[in-house]
Amino acid sequence: MSNTTIIPFGPQHPVLPEPIHLDLELDDERVVQALPSIGYVHRGLELLAERHDFIEMANVAERICGICSFIHGQGYCQAIEQLMGVEAPPRAVYLRTVWGEISRIQSHILWLGLSADALGFESLFQHSWRIREMLVDIIEETTGGRVIFGVCKVGGIRKDVNDETLRSVRRRIGEIRSAFDEIANIFRQDATVKKRTVGVGVLSAEDAHALGAVGPVLRGSGIARDMRQLGYAAFGDLDWEPVVEQAGDCYARCIVRVREVDQSFDLITQCLDRMPAGEISVSVKGKRPTGEAMFRLEQPRGEVCYYFSANGQKNLERFRVRTPTFANIAPLVHMLKGCELADVPVIVLTIDPCVSCNER
Amino acid sequence: MSWSWFRISSLVTRSALAKPATRLYPFEKRKPYAKTRGHIKFKINDCTFCTICATKCPTDAIVASKNDKTWAIDHSLCILCGNCVTDCREGCIKLSPQPWPPMLTKEVLTFRKDYGEPPPAIIMPR
Repeated sequence: MSNTTIIPFGPQHPVLPEPIHLDLELDDERVVQALPSIGYVHRGLELLAERHDFIEMANVAERICGICSFIHGQGYCQAIEQLMGVEAPPRAVYLRTVWGEISRIQSHILWLGLSADALGFESLFQHSWRIREMLVDIIEETTGGRVIFGVCKVGGIRKDVNDETLRSVRRRIGEIRSAFDEIANIFRQDATVKKRTVGVGVLSAEDAHALGAVGPVLRGSGIARDMRQLGYAAFGDLDWEPVVEQAGDCYARCIVRVREVDQSFDLITQCLDRMPAGEISVSVKGKRPTGEAMFRLEQPRGEVCYYFSANGQKNLERFRVRTPTFANIAPLVHMLKGCELADVPVIVLTIDPCVSCNER
Repeated sequence: MSWSWFRISSLVTRSALAKPATRLYPFEKRKPYAKTRGHIKFKINDCTFCTICATKCPTDAIVASKNDKTWAIDHSLCILCGNCVTDCREGCIKLSPQPWPPMLTKEVLTFRKDYGEPPPAIIMPR
């Protein structure tokens, strides 16, 4: 007779805000294996592409995820532009890059706060979210929305940002950066964080590659792969290198995110320095997307893949999204084998699960 | 015990002595930014009932009728995309930065040309 016990972890769990469901097979307090099951928050957003106009669909694409909303909208619009053979004006491309990076910073700081909460470090959680609030204010001032930006459209962007606001954004980004440095040092050096994360949930570079890990999970295991290297939007013109950590444990994944926040501040400053003037959108009236396309870009959580199939009608034939969380579930199951039950929330959180975006 | 356990202590001490980072919300409200998408504001006087706004609305929150001379909006369906604002030829739809008050019941705000503007929404105490 087997001595293992199976306990359900989620979909409703006090530590995790995301409805991820794992069946944990435990031998005493040690996890023998974890079986994930997905589909709890399925919303059928991909099917909507067959019913909605491809221009209206940009609004739906933005609502796939609440945290990386802008980057989903950006990916959708860029892919449709590619299918139609339209090129967005340079100012639109640079502003999209700035908003994309602000979105990445707020996502990473939100994650850092949640991870501090999972470690039981409440004051660090509150301070992280205090800093995130300053960024959300910048988002509201420049786009008009706090969570759903609603500025990306096929052919460019909806709203321009004037030079005075851009100067104020630059000044405030500097202030946020100095406030974040203090938090970053706590994540880097504090013994509470280190005790809970160093050596926990180790994923070697070979396993990360074989299991198809993406984003900070992959970079935390020592593989320098970032979809921004493809040079979409303005990333081809900017000076940057992917952030890599070698250890492959929870601490390394945490530090990758801390360093990526710093890198994104740099990228925003570079974009603001080189911000071109001119139009913000081109007309796509009378044009329809035709053919098939695959498009990849880097979200805060990792690589996202879009597949489009269009036949010249106003509705897309097929719209498919492979979100980073889905790619990171196989590495997560591998990491959970042999860990302590108490470490499970911390390990699950380090892949930054976004289950609603995973199940769409 | 090493200093590394107390990395946050200076930050915590400073914030304990400083003013709170939050606002006393219902009493103290922040002024919305000029670009904030609060709610759709409509003026019926200039409307020609061309129904372009209703056609362009991605969530069908706007219903307009030329025969009845009515224009209605469901604020709970509106996603504030701004399509109606950019496509209105008469400029009678505006995006107001003030957020729409929370609704206790789902209500559709209907405007009719002969009756002028509907009364402002009444917020009931909970």
